[in-house]
Amino acid sequence: MTLLENFWVLVALKALVIAAVVPLTALVLGYAELKISAHMQSRIGPYFAGGRWGWAQLIADGLKFFQKEDIIPDRADKAVFKMAPALVLMSTVALFVVIPFSPSLRVRDLDLGIFYVLAISSVSTIGVLMAGWSSGNKYSLMGGLRAAGQLIAYELPLVLAVVGAVIQAGTMSLNGIVEAQAAWGIPFVIPQFLGFVIFLIAVLAELTRIPFDMPIAESELVMGYVTEYSGFRFLFFFLAEYANMFAMSAIAATVFLGGYWAPGLSDAQLQYLGPIILVAKVFLLVFLFIWFRWTFPRLREDQLQSFAWKWLVPLSVLNIIATGIFKVVF
Amino acid sequence: MTFEAWIAEPVNWVFIVVALAVVGTAVRVVTSQNVVHAVLFLVATLAGTAALFLILSAQFVAWVLVLVYIGAVIVLFLFGIMITRAPTGRGSGLDNDRKGVALVVSAALFVVLSWASLSAFGTTELTDLGEGTPTEVLGEALLGRFVIPFEIVGFVLLAALIGGITIARRDATPAEEEAR
Repeated sequence: MTLLENFWVLVALKALVIAAVVPLTALVLGYAELKISAHMQSRIGPYFAGGRWGWAQLIADGLKFFQKEDIIPDRADKAVFKMAPALVLMSTVALFVVIPFSPSLRVRDLDLGIFYVLAISSVSTIGVLMAGWSSGNKYSLMGGLRAAGQLIAYELPLVLAVVGAVIQAGTMSLNGIVEAQAAWGIPFVIPQFLGFVIFLIAVLAELTRIPFDMPIAESELVMGYVTEYSGFRFLFFFLAEYANMFAMSAIAATVFLGGYWAPGLSDAQLQYLGPIILVAKVFLLVFLFIWFRWTFPRLREDQLQSFAWKWLVPLSVLNIIATGIFKVVF
Repeated sequence: MTFEAWIAEPVNWVFIVVALAVVGTAVRVVTSQNVVHAVLFLVATLAGTAALFLILSAQFVAWVLVLVYIGAVIVLFLFGIMITRAPTGRGSGLDNDRKGVALVVSAALFVVLSWASLSAFGTTELTDLGEGTPTEVLGEALLGRFVIPFEIVGFVLLAALIGGITIARRDATPAEEEAR
């Protein structure tokens, strides 16, 4: 036990666990996306890799990316081009620091929890812009600009949607928000339904998934800001995308769906069942995201912008006002 | 406190590394020949400043710096530069003839700021900051004791916002006015 109480041993252990969890979530979610997409289109999807259900498909894909040549375009700004995927992945990994998997299983319970999440996730925008600009390619630049415009527009509803839940919980710490829901006996999705819907829409846009995938719209921009990337740098973007999907779903599950808490379970039981409950909620949200992908067509760029500024922002402000009034009156 | 005692604290090594990084990148912001590189060095400078705040246990200020400056202001900088002129490749030859004057001004600013902060906090010793001020206390102070400055800042920002929209919007030409 004394070894575990050493600060540096703990830091190293936590870093190792996070470093293992991030690619693992990306593998699982990527596989889920392949399989669910396939079944929604009456296909089978990956079938042969690994022997059964094609479970090793993404591991094989990952290994393939490692072997590929690392191509850097001649006209690219080399230093910036190399740094961009690392920055994007870094901001994703940092998100995992505050996600509480059970009452005690987390890296750090920050007093600023949710605020930290929003601050860190805004950093990836810079990585995207760097990738788009440094590639020296018009498609990349357009994709980068679209991504940045989209991330700026949807950052605001994302922040404002959370404020309602924060007011209700009276704390920004993610653990505190879960405890507030446990004390209340109802997850915040019921009183904060509007906030939850706005948050989900904003998360979809932040993840640049269909129907908000204009930055990487294949039919217009090839692959947007990732066009010129290959090999393990492409793998970085891929990992960041799916790990980010997991992290943002976990945040949404924590703030609105009760996180690791489930009704009728004691604190001691939650210590062990918490991670399973949280991951189940995350998979529910991820399934929704994948379902949306095969349900909605891609929006147009101006529709996306006016939807954010004319609908989501005013609605989320309204939500804050209403929550504030209820908090003071009751 | 003697220098030996000061340097024995591990937190001060972190401070030295971060402070040197901040100074180095800040210099690169103004000496960089490429405007996008300059902005990216500014990102590093701001991140270092946020780290300095974290060393001082000022978590809220640090993350506000990241959210507002790195996440919004810098993104707008980059956005503006890339939409207007994005000189990919090297040597866009960004330079200025008035380097000497700028050096004098910034040196003077450095002296004034150092003098001001030394005369205000020069003898204060910070020991064991712990977790720092809880955000709750900050929020209550902001909406209690400092509510009037807070509201005034909000009003000024609103005025700036409306002003910005007024300046940026294009009035309809007479022909378009008629078509309406």
